[in-house]
Amino acid sequence: MLDSIYRAESGRILATLIRLLGDFDRAEEAMHDAFGAALVQWPKDGVPANPRAWLVSTGRFKAIDALRRRARFDASQDELAARLETQPVAEDPSVEDDRLRLIFVCCHPALAPEARVALTLREVCGLTTEEIARAFLTTPPALAQRIVRAKAKIRELKLPYQVPSAEELPERLGPVLHVVYLVFNEGYYATSGDSVTRADLSAEAIRLGRVLHELLPNAEVMGLLALMLLQESRRAARTSEDGEVILLEDQDRSRWDRAAIAEGIALVERALSTRRFGAYTLQAAIAAVHSEAATADATDWAQIVALYNALFGIEPTPVVELNRAAAIAMRDGAAAGLQRIDAILARGDLGDYLFAHSARADLLRRLGRTDEARAAYERALALARQEPEKRFLENRLRDLSKSAVLDDYMSKKEKPT
Amino acid sequence: MKFICLGYADPDTFSKVSESEMNSMMDECFVYDDMLRKNGHFTGGEALQGPETAATLRWTNGKVAVTDGPFAETKEQLGGILILEARDLNHAIELISNHPGVTFGPWEIRPAADLSEMLRESEKRRGTA
Repeated sequence: MLDSIYRAESGRILATLIRLLGDFDRAEEAMHDAFGAALVQWPKDGVPANPRAWLVSTGRFKAIDALRRRARFDASQDELAARLETQPVAEDPSVEDDRLRLIFVCCHPALAPEARVALTLREVCGLTTEEIARAFLTTPPALAQRIVRAKAKIRELKLPYQVPSAEELPERLGPVLHVVYLVFNEGYYATSGDSVTRADLSAEAIRLGRVLHELLPNAEVMGLLALMLLQESRRAARTSEDGEVILLEDQDRSRWDRAAIAEGIALVERALSTRRFGAYTLQAAIAAVHSEAATADATDWAQIVALYNALFGIEPTPVVELNRAAAIAMRDGAAAGLQRIDAILARGDLGDYLFAHSARADLLRRLGRTDEARAAYERALALARQEPEKRFLENRLRDLSKSAVLDDYMSKKEKPT
Repeated sequence: MKFICLGYADPDTFSKVSESEMNSMMDECFVYDDMLRKNGHFTGGEALQGPETAATLRWTNGKVAVTDGPFAETKEQLGGILILEARDLNHAIELISNHPGVTFGPWEIRPAADLSEMLRESEKRRGTA
């Protein structure tokens, strides 16, 4: 039972203790001590009416105790203990703010980007150092160091545990959303070996998104949550039993999670109606158009192109251009899309981007330009890093050869003798 | 998770410390160890007698050779071992970072290796399972 309380509440409790004690490490120690005390006392005295408040209060007292003990050798701790003892403890409403404060501190721009992700996953999501290291394909000591440095930086720069003011919020929210989406993507592109760990990451990101949505009324927060829900809704359909990648157009739509889709679409619509939306909302809207199509053929490509135009207006990057080109190919035919992709590559953009070459290969294939398609798939394959992607591209190459053999046979058949 | 924490120190620094300073330092360490025990983090540990009391065994030329003195010919010598129970590596780092002993010299923290699978297989092979 304590276990489920830990899972559900430790994030909030930690956040509050960090605010009360002003220090990550002290707060963590206090929280562990409080849960330790609960393990001993609750079986005897019964579970308190408000477990969270009990744990916060106990944690706080244990921290003061610890400081008092250390004060025997270091007088400054005593001063701190005295200050903490007399400090008023605010009521429950601030608990929600504490989690938000914690997220903003962990994602502070002054911290290195990798540090923000690591810190958020550990302090806000409660993952262990080892779990995070595994998910990001690094070693526990390397990741531990990142976290130690980040906490030291927070102390050194005296970064405040505060939700940014209204003026600061736009620029401070960006890094937070970026971290959340990064975590989601780590979980989304799961390789079959680590699929369990990585699927959990996507769930963590969505959970974080929900916390943000609960605490911060903001269109982009809604947009990001919608985007994650809509992408996650297709997880069951995205890979075959053998771990093979299944493209959107080939997915069995009956395996899509309709509840997640409904929630995602509702969020997108609300976000769009605020008229203060940004890139995440538009990406979510594009995902929503796909989710609303009963079959791949029924997809409203015209709407998708329009949305990409809007997205390009906010985020004029080559990748957005590429995705728009793919959509244009669906709306206007392969040649139209190919022309645009060729233009991007001719400029010198996306030369090392695997998806640029695989998208180009696909369009060339549709136009029957088999040899060029093969070259493009091979280029993409050379850039592929993950097994499922490599296998997918190899299969496409194999299909090309098969169809080339078939074409050859058919063309010989039709020749007059 | 179990972590093995090895505390190193330069034996010379202790020889230069006054008795009352030494007592004070040891008091701090013992108090902290007690706190670790109370909170379920301390699952074992030993202080080591000085490096001059060590005997080192080496397998050389097909037999065991014994030399007096420690294995490492470094200034800092192993002074104590602490077996720590912590949530993860960062937690172990925090717990040791706050240990008064951290000021004496470097500490090496390593996760304990879980050999239970290896042991099971070995028992199967030996028929002692």
